[in-house]
Amino acid sequence: MAHVNTAAETLEDKLTHELGYDDHFHEHHHGDKFQSNFLTTYIFSTDHKIIGRQFLITGIFWAFIGAAMSIIFRLQLGFPEADLAWLRPILGKWIMVNDAGIGKLDPEFYYALVTMHGTILVFFVLTAGLSGTFANLLIPLQIGARDMASPLLNALSYWFFFLAGVVMFISLFLSTGPFSGGWTAYPPLSALPQASDGSAAGMTMWIVSMALFVVSSLLGGINYITTILNLRTKGMSLWRMPLPMWAIFVTAILGVLSFPVLLSGVLLLMFDRSLGTSFYLSEIVVGGEILDRIGGSPILFQHLFWFLGHPEVYIIILPAMGIVSEVLSVHARKPIFGYTAMVYSILAIGFLAFIVWAHHMFMAGVNPFISNFFVIFTLIIAVPSAVKVFNWIGTIYGSNFRFTSASLFGVGFVSMFISGGLTGIFLGNSAIDIALHDTYFVVAHFHIVMGIAAFFGMFAGVYHWFPKMFSRYMNETMGKIHFWGTLVGAYAIFWPMHYTGMAGVPRRYYDGGASFDAFRHFEDLNRFITVAAIMVFFLQIVFIVNFFYSIFSGKKLTVKNPWGANSLEWTTPIKPGHGNWPGKIPTVQRWAYDYGKGGEEFIPQYIPLKDGEHDHGEGH
Amino acid sequence: MTSLIVLLCIILITVVLVQIGKVYELTNVIKGEQQVLRDNSKWNGWLSLVFLVVFLFGVIYSAWDFKNVMLGYGPHESASEHGLLLDNIFFITLVITGIVFVLTHIALFFFVYKYRYQEGRKAMFIPHDNRLEIWWTAIPAVVMTILVVRGLNAWNTVMADVKEGEEYMEIEATAQQFGWTLRYPGADGKIGARDYKLTTGANTLGVDFTDPKTWDDIIPGQELYLPVGKKVRVRILAKDVLHNFYLPQHRVKMDAIPGLPTYFVFTPSKTTSEYRNELRKYPEYNEPFDPADPTGPKRWEKFDYELACAELCGKGHYSMRRVLKIVTQEEYDAWLKQQKSFYLTEIRGKADDPNKDKVLDVEIRERAKEFGENIKKAVESTTSADKTLSLNHISFESGSATLTSTSKYELDNLVTGLNAFPNISIEISGHTDNNGEPAANLALSSSRAAAVAKYLADRGISAGRLKPRGYGDTKPLVPNDSPENMAKNRRTEFTILN
Repeated sequence: MAHVNTAAETLEDKLTHELGYDDHFHEHHHGDKFQSNFLTTYIFSTDHKIIGRQFLITGIFWAFIGAAMSIIFRLQLGFPEADLAWLRPILGKWIMVNDAGIGKLDPEFYYALVTMHGTILVFFVLTAGLSGTFANLLIPLQIGARDMASPLLNALSYWFFFLAGVVMFISLFLSTGPFSGGWTAYPPLSALPQASDGSAAGMTMWIVSMALFVVSSLLGGINYITTILNLRTKGMSLWRMPLPMWAIFVTAILGVLSFPVLLSGVLLLMFDRSLGTSFYLSEIVVGGEILDRIGGSPILFQHLFWFLGHPEVYIIILPAMGIVSEVLSVHARKPIFGYTAMVYSILAIGFLAFIVWAHHMFMAGVNPFISNFFVIFTLIIAVPSAVKVFNWIGTIYGSNFRFTSASLFGVGFVSMFISGGLTGIFLGNSAIDIALHDTYFVVAHFHIVMGIAAFFGMFAGVYHWFPKMFSRYMNETMGKIHFWGTLVGAYAIFWPMHYTGMAGVPRRYYDGGASFDAFRHFEDLNRFITVAAIMVFFLQIVFIVNFFYSIFSGKKLTVKNPWGANSLEWTTPIKPGHGNWPGKIPTVQRWAYDYGKGGEEFIPQYIPLKDGEHDHGEGH
Repeated sequence: MTSLIVLLCIILITVVLVQIGKVYELTNVIKGEQQVLRDNSKWNGWLSLVFLVVFLFGVIYSAWDFKNVMLGYGPHESASEHGLLLDNIFFITLVITGIVFVLTHIALFFFVYKYRYQEGRKAMFIPHDNRLEIWWTAIPAVVMTILVVRGLNAWNTVMADVKEGEEYMEIEATAQQFGWTLRYPGADGKIGARDYKLTTGANTLGVDFTDPKTWDDIIPGQELYLPVGKKVRVRILAKDVLHNFYLPQHRVKMDAIPGLPTYFVFTPSKTTSEYRNELRKYPEYNEPFDPADPTGPKRWEKFDYELACAELCGKGHYSMRRVLKIVTQEEYDAWLKQQKSFYLTEIRGKADDPNKDKVLDVEIRERAKEFGENIKKAVESTTSADKTLSLNHISFESGSATLTSTSKYELDNLVTGLNAFPNISIEISGHTDNNGEPAANLALSSSRAAAVAKYLADRGISAGRLKPRGYGDTKPLVPNDSPENMAKNRRTEFTILN
């Protein structure tokens, strides 16, 4: 798979020597004061590449926990009669064992699992694990910088995330259980410990964890924006940036603008919980107690939450889109189709992300007139999304498509994004949402479009940049088993949910709707879904095994540029040290997608334009 | 033990997979890089094609298999008028997205197959094509415009509140952990006021019973009824946390919010029995309702509309079920007639009644009617035991012979009775409990009987027809052994003498 011969490397050295930018960087071959022992190198590192790996491995840890939780509640839904007493050693009192020795999942804990699954996957895995990993790893490498603008803030960003995780993890072991009111944490349920066990200490810890997470996200986001704006190497104009950079740049802006709103929302919730305010509470009688709170509005919280919550789904999916654009182009050996259109669609999605939040609230009691605007803006998002899909397909058209685990996950991403995106057209149309809101149709939609799709983008990125992270390859055979199994399995899990959703089965039902005549005739489907979920879960263990096995024993990287890619990260040494490039930083002469141009298979970004050659990035 | 075996299996499978991966890696080294690329390309190219075919077949087959759950199709037709509008948009969206889904997937996986890596193949260099970009921006934009316009037309029609002067009925749904309480207006057609601070164990909704509109309101039991073809405005509230008023077959869904009433207006278009008859046509509804009882009633026979909660509200969220029967107007009227006013049956005269000092118009009317019937019966009766009637609704200030203001209604009824039967004369008898001196009790009962007689005489009844008499504590109805019994013994009666 080596597309780089020694001659090219010599050319690279020559060009870097001649044209490279000299920032008087001094390489410390034997470690400097920041990388002198195990602790400073791997734990409290300020090197963006290490921090990226920390985000990734922490993300994998949380993905495992979150996915395991989903398996437990899927068992409840697929096999409601099954004896779960064997889970007692793990779940303890949350498994209620009756006189006959049959163990049942406590409904309170079912809801805690659903809530934690959502919170963990959305924030810890697909925000921190995905965006944190690739923003940290790729930004300095792809724009040609020594490190982030502020390596210290960057390290703090990871450690605040770590702390957020610790707090959330501890909350799993509370006697009243972790928070159980849904990942959206709508008050008054989340505000009243009388209404739900999980809203006691579990909710307090959830809020603390979220606050820490927002800090982490802001520290990271400000850093990403600053780095991309200020630390691009000579020649790396915005219009020459690889697409992951555009995607991460817009993602970071979304995060910086929207996470503070979530923080304010949960702080007010904290006040309602402990200071006796009534921002969200009004005229409540709970457990026979008449509360002395009037004038608040639960809908206010929903506005604040979804003002983050909707951009959040783009915070999750945009980096995946950027990664997939890069991976598909590299492995198709063809420029990304419509680079400019891709950038503008990222910008359009980023802008629209802020004016569609209330489409989560069509049925929440907001004025139906207001919903008109949100329907219009929501369905407009279909346009830039469609443009992206057509451009990805256009990239594959006429290519010489190399099947690697990375490129396959890229293709899988496009498939998932189409499937999940199209169901968004149903839900975004408020009239149809009357029937489908809060049913399994919604579960199917968002799991496919931002759960599975984002995971596929993440897998594509991990397989693609693993050699850059660990100087070894992941095992391709296991990678392909992982891909095909997951592709089929993920559809097997989520496709049938469209049908139960159309039938009207509400989500978040502990018994799957067994007490309702209209909802209870999907036992077979629920069993099928659960079996598929268990199989997909074990397939992910293949990935985890492959990942950790390959870190230590994978095939060694022998060339700098294993995929024959154009972007700058592949000009760094096989094992890039602190500062990424020894000596000068390469300068950029062209856009990142000159694949198959003029008979050359690929032309890296540091190669100067020939006389009269057109630069397709800047010269659009 | 089972978990140990499962764990061992997992470990075993993992080891096998790692070994397979390693073996392939080794054979790849032997095969050489080009051969690996070729094989890889062949296998994954074919897999793409196979996946495309199997996936599309699976999607289309499953959609056909589950066509009966699709909105607006077969047994899943809307049971309300507005539901047809949104089912229609669902169908249009399904057709459009279905076509896009199939075409893009064919393009995606077929191109992956067709343009799979082949030695010596040169990828085309097409960085962009502005004409194509314009086309595939414009076409989705036009399609979205159509969907938005149609969708919003339907939305604004469905969500419109009732207009002034329009004929409709209003009911109120209140959610709490974990159930629904529905309130129907009584004869006045209006639902009375409430204030959450008035909530008590008996008055769970916090209804303000000083508002006369509340007195005839009805809180029906488990089964709810609504007439077909009549516009219903549901006022939706919650007591504790968020809930959602969800009628799946009627396409009704709206959050219930504490402190912020919402509403949904809909018109049921099919009665329960009409809907059942439609379901009868589909084989799945001819399965037995209870799988354990194959000869029992079929699913369509037992079908009922259901009310559910569609907003996470705590650990009992899944259990907030109520049955809704849609019936003809006549059946509805008959059902409504059987329902009793919640206030009069559950609250009136009890601890939570704020109107204890008042007699309600409805009570005055009913008591007059009842009294008239009773006195008629007593006059016509021949047995002496039937000739004595109790004056239940008159009372005196404590320890005195002054009639309370609310006693006049009962006394007026007696006046009416005596005028209706001018030939009878009556003995008015006063009774006390055994509390205090018997002589004092006797005096008190005599003066109370006299006060009644005086009231009647003042209303034009000739004194000769009235014989007041005090009995003190000599004629208790029941033993004076509890406060309740003593209250029963403090009474005023009259006996028809001829």
